[in-house]
Amino acid sequence: MPDLIEITDVRHAYKTPAGPLPVLDGLTLSVPEGAFAAVVGPSGCGKSTLTRLVAGLMRPDAGEVRLHGSPVTSPRSTVGMAFQNPVLLEWRSILDNVILPLEIVAPRMPRRDRVARAMELLDLVGLAGFENKRPSELSGGMRQRASLCRAIVHRPEVLILDEPFGALDNFTREDLWQTMRDLRRQEPFTAILITHDLRESVFLGDQVVVLSGRPARTQYVLDVDLPADREIDILYQPKAGEMLHLLRDQIRIAQGRGPAQEAA
Amino acid sequence: MLRQIGVPVLALLVFCLAWEALVQVNGWPNYVMASPSDLPAAYARFWDLFLLGAWQTLWRTVAGLVLAVIGGMILGMIMGFSRVANDALYPLLVGFNAIPKATLVPVLALLFIGQHDFNTVLMAFLISFFPIAVSVGIGLSTLEPEYRDILRALGASRMAIFRKIALPKTLPEFFGALKVAVTLAFIGTNLVEIVSPHGKGLGALFLSGQTNSNYPLMFAVLIALAVLGILLYYGVVWLERIFAGWAVRPAG
Repeated sequence: MPDLIEITDVRHAYKTPAGPLPVLDGLTLSVPEGAFAAVVGPSGCGKSTLTRLVAGLMRPDAGEVRLHGSPVTSPRSTVGMAFQNPVLLEWRSILDNVILPLEIVAPRMPRRDRVARAMELLDLVGLAGFENKRPSELSGGMRQRASLCRAIVHRPEVLILDEPFGALDNFTREDLWQTMRDLRRQEPFTAILITHDLRESVFLGDQVVVLSGRPARTQYVLDVDLPADREIDILYQPKAGEMLHLLRDQIRIAQGRGPAQEAA
Repeated sequence: MLRQIGVPVLALLVFCLAWEALVQVNGWPNYVMASPSDLPAAYARFWDLFLLGAWQTLWRTVAGLVLAVIGGMILGMIMGFSRVANDALYPLLVGFNAIPKATLVPVLALLFIGQHDFNTVLMAFLISFFPIAVSVGIGLSTLEPEYRDILRALGASRMAIFRKIALPKTLPEFFGALKVAVTLAFIGTNLVEIVSPHGKGLGALFLSGQTNSNYPLMFAVLIALAVLGILLYYGVVWLERIFAGWAVRPAG
């Protein structure tokens, strides 16, 4: 039985006027069904390229991306995406924004069922009562909650999160982590989360994958050995502290610096 | 509501009074500048001609504008979706837009001899499609890739992405351009009406006022044109409220 997401030795380069710019060079990653993989790495190391490959928006130069054992060659409706920018449609209400994927994936689904499904999720993330507001009337954190609802409204197998909490302030971000944790209890997706925040990766991830600097390869994989139902407090306990320390060291290596240089 | 209507009406009254005062203080005869008090007589005498001319000017302007919306959107879509088409068409369009349209009147008159209505509508179209094409083109080509990706990642067709995202997202720019285009189309219509012999519409009425040295009539036509222009403009504003009202942020 293969893992739901299997990325094997993927290589990819962008064409630029100055010649090919390799961004991924030997990236391997495997996420079992229902698991949550957090991917961390230095800035500009090709993490967003990874999301586009998994979504089928791009094909790698070499190597393979498989979902359920079959190669990803084009976009498929069993994927949901959320980005750092919530990209809500300003002309639609929050409710109609969340419904949008259903219009594509389930064109014959009755409006009543779509609304019921969207309301279920909006309720879960604490946006009940805001469904008729426009995106511009909501705070950044609330918009990101709506964006998460839209990403999973069509019950995708794979949820791709490209730094969705990156632009939020610290406390809002921690709230969103807990919302994400609660969503996982209800919704059976398998997730890849791209992030710059090590605490986020440890709080949400079942495994944390550290990528090397560009061109990125898999440098280190950490199994997060913490209980599934985590509270923010857990980040302040010794076990999480050790993991964070270990990940920080790996990032330092990925940036091509030794511990001594960092200290200086 | 009272403020929305009262303030503009008051401003109009102040303007007319200032105009009247300017003429009276300088003691200008009406062949230098007619005053507002000269106008009611002109309207009363030529009322039927005003109605007929206004209708002719109005429908030809609107027809030209509708063509400009269709043609401009098609051009804008081509330029917005294809870089090559954009590079090829842009200099051509800018060059064409830079040609003073008055020089095209005799060209059109020779091309389509006697087709007054057609010529006038065509001119209204030619003068007004440019801003629409440019704004739609820019709106589509600057669509953030993430907006496209939300639907593309689900396997949505290009058409679905255009209909659900690109088109509505471009509407505010489109209406901004339409406000410019409606005034331009109006100018185009009047240009043909005034320049071509045996024309129709308010422009022709202006020309006959000039020929007969009826100065109050000429000024009355100018005011009528201004009123018609205002009506057209606010017609577009009304459409904008309906179709792109979401882009207008509530005050305060």
